[in-house]
Amino acid sequence: MQQLLVFINFLAAHFKAVRKSALIKIAPANAVCGSRNRPRHVHPANCGTLLRCSGVATGLATKVSNNMKKMAVRTAALIGGVPAMAPAFALDGQYNFQHPVTRLAEDIFGLHMLMFWICVIIFIAVFGVMFYSIFAHRKSKGAVAATFHESTTVEILWTIVPVIILVGMAWPATKTVLDMKDTSNPDITIKATGYQWKWGYDYMQGEGQGISFLSTLSTPRAQIDQGEYKGDNYLLEVDNELVVPTGKKVRVLLTAQDVIHSWWVPAFAVKQDAIPGFIRDAWFRAEKEGVYRGNCAELCGKDHGFMPIQVRVVSPQAYTEWVAAKNAEKAALAAPQSAPVAAPEAKPVASAN
Amino acid sequence: MSAVSPDVVGGHDHSHDHDHHGAPTGLKRWLTATNHKDIGTLYLFFSFIMFLTGGTLALTIRAELFQPGLQIVRPEFFNQLTTMHGLIMVFGAIMPAFVGFANWMIPLMIGAPDMAFARMNNWSFWLLPPAALLLVGSFFVPGGANAAGWTMYAPLSLQMGMGMDMSIFAVHIMGASSIMGAINIVVTILNMRAPGMTLMKMPMFAWTWLITAYLLIAVMPVLAGAVTMLLTDRHFGTTFFNAAGGGDPVLYQHVFWFFGHPEVYIMILPAFGIVSQIVPAFARKPLFGYASMVYATASIAILSFVVWAHHMFTTGMPAVTQITFMYMTMLIAVPTGVKVFNWIATMWRGSMTFETPMLFAVGFIFVFTMGGFTGLMLAIAPADIQYQDTYFVVAHFHYVLVAGSLFALFAGTYFWIPKWTGHMYDEKLGKRHFWMSMISFNVTFFPMHFLGLAGMPRRVPDYNPFFTDFNQIATVGAFGFGLSQVFFLYIVLKCIKGGPKAADKPWDGAEGLEWTLPSPPPFHTFEVPPQFEAPAGHGH
Repeated sequence: MQQLLVFINFLAAHFKAVRKSALIKIAPANAVCGSRNRPRHVHPANCGTLLRCSGVATGLATKVSNNMKKMAVRTAALIGGVPAMAPAFALDGQYNFQHPVTRLAEDIFGLHMLMFWICVIIFIAVFGVMFYSIFAHRKSKGAVAATFHESTTVEILWTIVPVIILVGMAWPATKTVLDMKDTSNPDITIKATGYQWKWGYDYMQGEGQGISFLSTLSTPRAQIDQGEYKGDNYLLEVDNELVVPTGKKVRVLLTAQDVIHSWWVPAFAVKQDAIPGFIRDAWFRAEKEGVYRGNCAELCGKDHGFMPIQVRVVSPQAYTEWVAAKNAEKAALAAPQSAPVAAPEAKPVASAN
Repeated sequence: MSAVSPDVVGGHDHSHDHDHHGAPTGLKRWLTATNHKDIGTLYLFFSFIMFLTGGTLALTIRAELFQPGLQIVRPEFFNQLTTMHGLIMVFGAIMPAFVGFANWMIPLMIGAPDMAFARMNNWSFWLLPPAALLLVGSFFVPGGANAAGWTMYAPLSLQMGMGMDMSIFAVHIMGASSIMGAINIVVTILNMRAPGMTLMKMPMFAWTWLITAYLLIAVMPVLAGAVTMLLTDRHFGTTFFNAAGGGDPVLYQHVFWFFGHPEVYIMILPAFGIVSQIVPAFARKPLFGYASMVYATASIAILSFVVWAHHMFTTGMPAVTQITFMYMTMLIAVPTGVKVFNWIATMWRGSMTFETPMLFAVGFIFVFTMGGFTGLMLAIAPADIQYQDTYFVVAHFHYVLVAGSLFALFAGTYFWIPKWTGHMYDEKLGKRHFWMSMISFNVTFFPMHFLGLAGMPRRVPDYNPFFTDFNQIATVGAFGFGLSQVFFLYIVLKCIKGGPKAADKPWDGAEGLEWTLPSPPPFHTFEVPPQFEAPAGHGH
């Protein structure tokens, strides 16, 4: 019941998303920044009645924080199930992937939705039959049991048909895998190194070659430990963000210093494990300016939840300026040290802003 | 437990000849148990205790995740909780519970007097409590419990304290226990069936367990190998998983998942067996496509050996490897689909009633299949890049493991508890337990799909406030689910203590040798093998 409602709302939200995604292509460049920054809205008019739907929820809500009150409303909405709550479920990235900003991410989003709809159709067909049977073939309705217990024709049919559907799924998926794995001819190559618990970036090739810095969580500890007000980018903000230009093929080489980490930026559909002692690669070509955020996606110890990834995609001109600024900064840092003693491989740590 | 005490003779003379030389009573009865029914009972109680233990860890996790920020536990302890929740539920709760069912039911179903190796049976059970102590006790050692995830990926697991070694030994011990249990089941089924019961006339539960037992024998040694390599890397200077010494961290993942994927089916095939017993009983109609059910189970088992790398799509495999494992994984949908279609065809034009076992069985089909669909989505390698290691995966495997394995265990318990105890459980409470579990399960885990798609990674103690709503719903649901299972314990204990006398065959549509025995069955049963006549619909 409850999940049915969520599901219906999800469908409604998806239809809106399809319409929206058409718009997004012409939206101004700074409009979408990872899409998770938007405020969530709970329909205020419905709160009262909905809270009454669930006694427990009301008890809780009056007792404690604002957060909980919102939750109680949500729970009541889900359990009580009032379709009028639909505005609260409008797609704002809470039900589905972030809006893709690379062609590959769009392909993957398309595959995901294709799979989703195929599953929905099969689900409705199969469980339509089951629930019809549950209602119609009950003893209490006087149903008398039939005695059939096999049919080779039917068995063959429901083996072959799924195989055909699977082939239909596998075809586009295979093309996407081949695309995803083609990291050849990059414009820019960046090495990302996972550390417990931060990321290091080295621009290896292309414009910006030689730039190198560490990128660490910048959310203050007080927000994490002491319940201070949490900003929109809580746990998704870093001191030094990765900067890349639009429209350029960026190849990311991944490795790690200590344990396995995983470099994940949902808007680019890149998730690649960083394995100590080995180098793996992935690529993306971001089409839209903005700031895109992600997390380490492989359990890597205590602060696994606290090593985000933040990528700023800028226009090629802005990127050139950024590279110049970075190089100037590096030169300024190098100047006073008249006799560099460090080995050439030593990692210079630039501290931007 | 009094219900299965040795002095219950039920007026059947074939039990007297053993009782007169005095079966041990009290604690000794359980410590020295060689009777399959006693051992089955031990397994079931043990697994339930572990289930509550693992559940407590899960609720602590959910409590921490109720709000963004760190409130209740520190991140390092949070990782211990998720790790031990997984290990305890998989190795302590679900697997032993199915072995408990096998012990109780397989001899009764195939008309055997006991398991083939009664003393080994005792040993395989009594290995479990020390293993459980190692797992639970590791919370109290310096450095705390294993915090590397239940998968114990190297090199993270190489960094852990002695809690990790305790996990490794626990896995060794439980692996030995599982292998012995599996050998016992294979030998019992292959050698001790009643005359007339050919393999293709066996109850489905015996078939699924036979195949599961082969899987166990095949893969538990592989897991033992994986964790032994961890142990030697940790303490004896080997470098299996260290690139600096010529090793490869990803090797661990290959070996682990070569065990781990068949393991998934080890936990679900016996559930398929239980459901295949229950659906025909309450539809009052023979199981549809018995032979194809057997072939589907066998195909799932065979395919489970060639899909392991779908757990590793983000490790960076060559394209051709990804594609191969994607195809193989998608293929599993075919036999699994056949099973679901067969159950529904069994229900079709039946004469159904919905007592608690049937409710749980139908609930199983419905909710497990949803987990199957997300499994199919996860099989698509490029899409998996987005799902991997997010809450979408957490939702997926709880749909198949909780709504799958656990619901089938509940279904089986309600189905056979009248046989075990001689009492009917309270039907009204049973139904209430079903609805409480079903609703709170979905309130807990359905929102996790959305969390995962929207980008919340798994195994994190803290999250962006963006994810707050669904996390709060999940936490509320989880506490509801936990309470429902305490309620289940009450229903079971109430049924053991008393209740309306159960008939020998309390379900009018049920088929099988176990229903020819009195409820509860005497301590020793089928000392003279029964003559088996196949019910309609079994083999030709």
